[in-house]
Amino acid sequence: MSTIYNIFVINKSGGLIYYKDFGSIAKLDTNDSLRLASVWHSLHAISSQLSPVTGCTGIELLEADTFDLHCFQTATGTKFFVTGETGAAGVDLLLKSIYELYSDYVLKNPFYEVEMPIRVELWDLNLATLIRQRERTSTGK
Amino acid sequence: MLGVARGRAHLVNVVDRPLPKGKTEVNLSAFAFLFSELVQYFQTKVNNVNELERKLEEAGYGVGLRVLELLCHREKANRRETRLLGILTFIHSTVWKALFGKQADSLEKATTEEDEYMISEKELLVNRFISVPKDMGQFNCGAYVAGIVKGVLDSAGFPARVTAHFVPIEGQLRPRTTILIKFSPEVMLREQRMG
Repeated sequence: MSTIYNIFVINKSGGLIYYKDFGSIAKLDTNDSLRLASVWHSLHAISSQLSPVTGCTGIELLEADTFDLHCFQTATGTKFFVTGETGAAGVDLLLKSIYELYSDYVLKNPFYEVEMPIRVELWDLNLATLIRQRERTSTGK
Repeated sequence: MLGVARGRAHLVNVVDRPLPKGKTEVNLSAFAFLFSELVQYFQTKVNNVNELERKLEEAGYGVGLRVLELLCHREKANRRETRLLGILTFIHSTVWKALFGKQADSLEKATTEEDEYMISEKELLVNRFISVPKDMGQFNCGAYVAGIVKGVLDSAGFPARVTAHFVPIEGQLRPRTTILIKFSPEVMLREQRMG
């Protein structure tokens, strides 16, 4: 069973530009995924303003009863977030790797328009490989 | 390929200095972004995929001319290949190594045509980060590399038609890129005369 449920990428204005689910749990239809993405965008923005800590950049981890939500925001405001099993390890590293793939295969692709939905073959392929590798190492131990 | 003057080197007049090998590697990301920008710029200038292909070819052509000049001087003591197979291996090994840091994966002769040769590359450097959308059909950014090859061949006196194609390989998700070279009839005639 997959420890990662789904992956979202939202652009700096809060629009969902990529969504993919792994495994059979927590599948969302298109409307739900769009709604969830914009809710998270707003929550993230509000949280960074409400936070008592100065220089807060927003929620990085949301722990729920049934899942964990890890979020990573880049310097340009693009947000990557994944939901996964509670207590899944190494998700922050996974997010960094996803960001790396995004900057390689999405941003260096001349046929991709920034802020638009990601439909890029190499990104899909490499993302799938990354998740597969992760599952293999986590089940291997 | 500008050599950076280090130590005593700058004391020598620039024309007296040996044409330096220098540091020939550039950052892959920097190149990828520049190439991506080039393709995007051309896209604003053209109406269809064929024109885009031709634009990329033209951009590569100039590189080819210069690369031949430079490499003949640097690697071959100002001698230039005059035979068909000679110039093809020169492109396959010397040119490829100078441009992409490695030899091309393969150089083959077409089985059906006498005047056709193919240079294949599993993953062409310019295509490393590029996914061509489905609606652009068989378009391949390798057209730029095809232009380079054409530039080298033309200025070496081997006029040819050079095109880049995706060729699917069995058991692999990604197709490889084949640079197809079709020589002009006069080249083949000359080659026959030279025996």
